[in-house]
Order: sequence, then structure tokens, then C-alpha cells
Amino acid sequence: MNDTAYNFAYLDEQTKRMIRRAILKGIAVPGYQVPFASREMPMPYGWGTGGVQVTAACLVPEDRLKVIDQGADDTTNAVSIRKFFSRTAGVAVTEATGEATIIQTRHRIPETPLREGQILVYQVPIPEPLRFLEPRETETRKMHELEEYGLMHVKLYEDIARHGQIATAYAYPVKVEGRYVMDPSPIPKFDNPKLGQSPAIQLFGAGREQRIYALPPYTDVVSLDFDDHPFTASKAPHDCDLCGAKDSYLDEVITDDQGGRMFVCSDTDFCAGRQAKGHVGRLGQAQISSKKFANSLQGISGSAEGTA
Amino acid sequence: MSLDQPTLDQPLLRVDGLTKRYGARIGCADVSFDLYPGEVLGIVGESGSGKSTLLSCLAGHQRADLGRITYDNRDVLAMSETERRRLGRTDWAYVHQNPRDGLRMGVSAGGNVGERLMAVGARHYGDIRAQATDWLGRVEIAADRIDDRPSAFSGGMQQRLQIARNLVTSPRLVFMDEPTGGLDVSVQARLLDLLRGLVRDLGLSVIIVTHDLAVVRLLAHRLMVMKSGRVIEQGLTDQVLDDPQAAYTQLLVSSVLQV
Amino acid sequence: MIRIENLSKSFTLHNQGGTVIPVMAGAALTVARGECVGLVGQSGAGKSTLMRMVYGNYLTAGGKLFVGGVDVAQAPPREIIRLRRETLGYVSQFLRVVPRVPTLEVVAEPLLALGTPAAAARDRAAELLSRLNIPERLWTLSPTTFSGGEQQRVNIARGFAHPYPALLLDEPTASLDAANREVVLTFIEEAKARGAAILGIFHDEAARTRVCDRLLDVTGFTPKVAA
Repeated sequence: MNDTAYNFAYLDEQTKRMIRRAILKGIAVPGYQVPFASREMPMPYGWGTGGVQVTAACLVPEDRLKVIDQGADDTTNAVSIRKFFSRTAGVAVTEATGEATIIQTRHRIPETPLREGQILVYQVPIPEPLRFLEPRETETRKMHELEEYGLMHVKLYEDIARHGQIATAYAYPVKVEGRYVMDPSPIPKFDNPKLGQSPAIQLFGAGREQRIYALPPYTDVVSLDFDDHPFTASKAPHDCDLCGAKDSYLDEVITDDQGGRMFVCSDTDFCAGRQAKGHVGRLGQAQISSKKFANSLQGISGSAEGTA
Repeated sequence: MSLDQPTLDQPLLRVDGLTKRYGARIGCADVSFDLYPGEVLGIVGESGSGKSTLLSCLAGHQRADLGRITYDNRDVLAMSETERRRLGRTDWAYVHQNPRDGLRMGVSAGGNVGERLMAVGARHYGDIRAQATDWLGRVEIAADRIDDRPSAFSGGMQQRLQIARNLVTSPRLVFMDEPTGGLDVSVQARLLDLLRGLVRDLGLSVIIVTHDLAVVRLLAHRLMVMKSGRVIEQGLTDQVLDDPQAAYTQLLVSSVLQV
Repeated sequence: MIRIENLSKSFTLHNQGGTVIPVMAGAALTVARGECVGLVGQSGAGKSTLMRMVYGNYLTAGGKLFVGGVDVAQAPPREIIRLRRETLGYVSQFLRVVPRVPTLEVVAEPLLALGTPAAAARDRAAELLSRLNIPERLWTLSPTTFSGGEQQRVNIARGFAHPYPALLLDEPTASLDAANREVVLTFIEEAKARGAAILGIFHDEAARTRVCDRLLDVTGFTPKVAA
């Protein structure tokens, strides 16, 4: 139901045009950070205002929206943002990745492969991959302009020198179409391979930092590495304890105060879908989402259920 | 054994009529000289002489108002910024007076030395580390400090690290701004000898700006004396210092304290 | 090898009211290969001045100055540097070195500057230092702490490290005892034998007689002071 006090999707039409222009520029130059005039939103900076503005600019009444936070549809932030768009745009919402036309995400790419016609909107905290090495905006802009990316490899070098391997586990920098180095937002590096050659449009919005960037469909995206320390998309060496999936990114859930833990798919929709099809993991409980399962356990006073 | 006429080798750097003004005030005016491969040119003068302005115009940190700079037959002032920055990362090097200005303090010594290599495309961690270790050895920094941050180094070590960081891509022209200023006298001596050895072994051309005549006598082949933005005398270092022609040079030389 | 014609020199002291001091006029001399010419004259007559002009350390006011075909008075700095590296050696009265550099390195430097491999350069330096009776335990120390005589011997070793076709020696035997004087004079004779042209200043008459083929009195080149 549309709350008529607001324009469709909250933002005024001129603002949406401005954001769409920025998006078009971003799509024309994949990986390039386009500055845009980020608006004041009814949620604080750091809570996804960039993603919300991009989604708002893209929405049409026929869209079907999915919102996830760390892979889950039912966390507070995902629920809030979904409600926000329900109220201001009145669009249909869904938890099923395959049925959504627009997916707004914080820090994960859905496990279910995306299709042409879908849009994935990422929430980005710090868009500049070089920021922590070079604090000056003037310098980082020059580096992107002149393709001076030696510093990025310095960071990876430092990782290997300090930890014996590239320790960056999320927000792992990538090179787009052999030209721009991009921060893919704090997705786990396990998700990096999904960035490249995706049939969907991928949009990245940073509200506080006022930048938008984009990957059009079927874009070449390569994770940075060294010849003798190649990139690996690693995850926890377990299967999902609920649905038994071997190749999905896992959350570690502490189940009691004796060190008991379980590993479950971070993508709730993916896990539920597998369970609905009859796949069962080690813990043998079908048709329950991990978060609801964890919430159902009796406090932390030593329930025997679910110990590792 | 007869001595043939010397072959006319090409100057590496040619400067013609370089002028930089700050409004009505002269930074440097009408400076011209040639620099050949393997030559060390010292530029001396007191504060306000224009020597630092000249150096920053030559290195491309500031834009000169008039004049021409030709490097290796290429017109430097006509280059695009991309080309000039690339030059600055490969063929040219700049050693700052304060090593903190020329180092990344938050990056390890190895990372500092390896950065220029990575900036020109080095992608093998093992090779980069090996080259960094080699260069640390050449500037007499122990190999086991390769993972330490420069903030843990003494001033002299930081300066040597800055030199290693600059020379790792075998530049042909090095700009130095008071490289021994701020260092203890004993540390200065080792650094000077290190620089002499590197100039000789690598055939570097160096332009070094300093106010210290002793440094220039030991390090520079040729000397330019500047006052109020102008070059008032130039020639062989020992000749300018032992047989100064200009009034100001005579004053400068006679003012040096003898130890 | 060394040829001087009608050479003159004066100093202008700008900071003393622009006083002009003419120190030399009409100087002429030649030194052929294998010959040693000694400069004589009172102290202050211009012997060192003449030598410094030959080396390019002092500018000339007029006349011609050729070393091995190079016009030192007109040559650009880099040619003079090349001349000094390959052709013209100079042993001055003072040892000027970068502090804290070991003696062996100081003596080897002229060879290193010519591209001689480090090991060979150091061997040659060791040989010279041994002949000049500098004990091996001093080779790793900087010569700045040595006695006057020891410094002089290091200076000489450095000057003779490379077989220069032309040599300028300013008081090479001063501050030396008889034994070391003998060594230095032998060096000079060896240099002459291989064809070097040598210009030297020797206050010691015995040394002069031994190595010099000719003497030249520079007093004849001192301009007469105007009455």
C-alpha cells in the first residue's frame, strides 16, 4: 500500500533522474566511481542510504523487491528497508532470489545464480579501494585517472609479508575490464568470482561517501593477486548443517556456552530452498531457517540440542 | 698513449632559461645548464637563493613560467601529466630532505622498496621481495629489517631506505634536496660515501641542492652558485671553491668555518 | 704531454675593495713523456698555483694550457673530469677524503672510478700501501686519524694507483723519513720508465737531483710589482 504523503519510492523525480544519470555513467565506464549528490534519507549514514537511493531510482511499480543483509531476509535491517519500500513504493516483495527483479544486498551476493533482467544493488561503506593506504582524495583520484595501482599491490604484499598469505577476507579488490580497480563492497572474497560475467546488472551505492559505480552484464572482473600467491575463493571447510550444501558461504552460529557451534548457509533463501527440495544436513532438521533455529534454542544454559 | 678528441656524448638533461616567479618576486631566473650521464651537479646558495625553487621546477613539482627542459631529447614541459608521472616513477627519482616525505611510514621497508617495482607491473611476490632484500643490503640496512616499518628506523636508516626506494627502478636522474640535512655528522659521512659509490656504480646523474659546501665538495663534480634567484657562477666544484671568481662566491667560501 | 704557453693568472679579491693580484705572466713549459720537470722558486712564487692551473683547479687569465691534447683552459667541466680520471693524476699536499672511509677504499677509489673490478682494485691498493710501509692493521681505518706522514703516504698511494700518463706531484716527499722517501722516489722512477710525464715540486734537493731531468724556476714568471 502506497503512503501518498511520499513520492513513489520516497525520492522526488529530479533526484531520481540525477541518480539515474550517475548510474548510466557508471555503466558506461565499469568500475569508475561516479560522484553523485547523495540525499538525506530517513535512516542514518552507515545504514544503507547509498543502496536505498540506487534502488529508489531504479524502482518501477511492476518490480519485485528482495532485500538481504549478510545473506538473510529476516534480519532487522533487511526487514526495515523492505518495509520502507513497501510503504513508499508499494512494490511487491519476495524472499525468493529467482523471483526478484531488484535485489538490494548488504555484504553478500546470493548463492542462486542471477539472470538477465535482474538488478543487484550493493550497499557500500567506503567506495575507494585505496583509501586506507592513501588518505588523500586528490591522490587517489589521480591514481585512478592515470592507472597508477602499484599501491594496491603494496597492500597485498604487506599481507603476505605479515601473514604469509593475502589476508584480505572481504572487500577484496578487483580489476574491472583491465582498467579500474574497484572495491566490491564488503562481500566475502568467496563471492568475488560471481562478480565477473554476471548476466545481471550490478550497481554499487555509497550514500555517505556520495559515489555510485556499476558493472554492466558480462563484465570482466579479476581479483588482484600475485603470480606466486594466486587468488583463492575460500570459505569455512564445512558443509551446511541444515541443508548439506557444499559450495555455499557459511555462517558460524554459536549454539551454547560450551563452545557448541554449527555452520549454516548465510543465504537464507538458498538454504530454505534446498531444504524444501529435501536436502538435509548433518543436523537433520528440514524446513527451518538457521536464524529461526538459533533463536529457538533455549537460552545459553546448556541445552543438549545442536552441540557440535 | 695518445688521447683522442673526446666524443661528443649527448647531455641527459638540458635546461634553457628556466624562470619561475611568485608574482613580482623572483623564484629563479634564467637558469641554463647541461647535465651529462654520470655527472653530479651541486646547487648551492643560502636561504632564498632560489635553489629549492629551481629543483622543484626541474623535478616537475612546480610549473616554471619560462624556459625549456629537455630530458633525453624529450621536451619535459610539453609532456602530459601521465608521461611526467611515469617518468617520475621510472627514470627519475627524488630524495627528500626529510625521509618521512619520501617514504610511506605505514608500510614495511620491503613494501616501500617494492612499491616502484609493483607500480611498473612486477607481480611475483618472491621476486619483489628478493629485489627489496638486495637493495636494503646495498644501502646497508640489515635484511632482517625488511618487514619493519620505517617509523622503527633511525633518521639515517630512514634516509638510506628512501634512497633504496628511489633507486630500485634504476633511474638515470636523481634529484636530491639536502639529503644529509638533519642527520648526525657521523651518519652524514657514511651516507655521502654510499651516494658516491652508487653514483659511480650505477652511472647516475644527480642534481643535489644543499647549503653545505663540504657535502658538495665531496659529492659533486660541478657546482652552481645561486643568489637571489640567479646563477652567479658555475664550473668544476673544486675550481669554484678554490678559485671563486664572483664576489658572492668568494664571500661564501671564506665564510665556511674550518674545523 | 704537458704544454704551457704564455700562461697568466691573477686573483681579484672582491671583498677587499676589488684588489687585483697578478701572480703569473708569460709562463711557458713543456713536459715530454718519460720526463720529470721540477718547479723551483721561493715560497709564494707560484709553483703550486701553476700546478693547480694545469689540473684545472684554478682558472687561467690567458695563454694556452694543453694536457695530452686537451685544452684545459677551455675544456668543459666533464672533459676535465674525464682527463683527471684517465690521464692526469695529482698528488697534493693535503689528503682530502670522505670521513670514515677505510684507507684501502680511499686508495682503491681511482681504479674503481675507472671500472676496475673491486677485488683487483683492492689488491693494487694493498700492494701500494705495503710498499709504503703502512701496516695492514691500519687499512680498515680511516686515514683522517693518521699522522701527517702516514696521511701523505696514503695520498701518494692513491695518486699512483692508476698508471696515469701525466702526474702532478706537490711536495711528495715532505714529512717522510728516509726509507719512505726512497720508496716514493722509486715510484716516480717507475712512472717515468713507463712513459709518464711528471711535473713536480720538491723542496728536498736530493730528491730533485735524483728524479728531475730539468728544473724550471717560476720566479721568472712572477709579474714585476708596479712601482
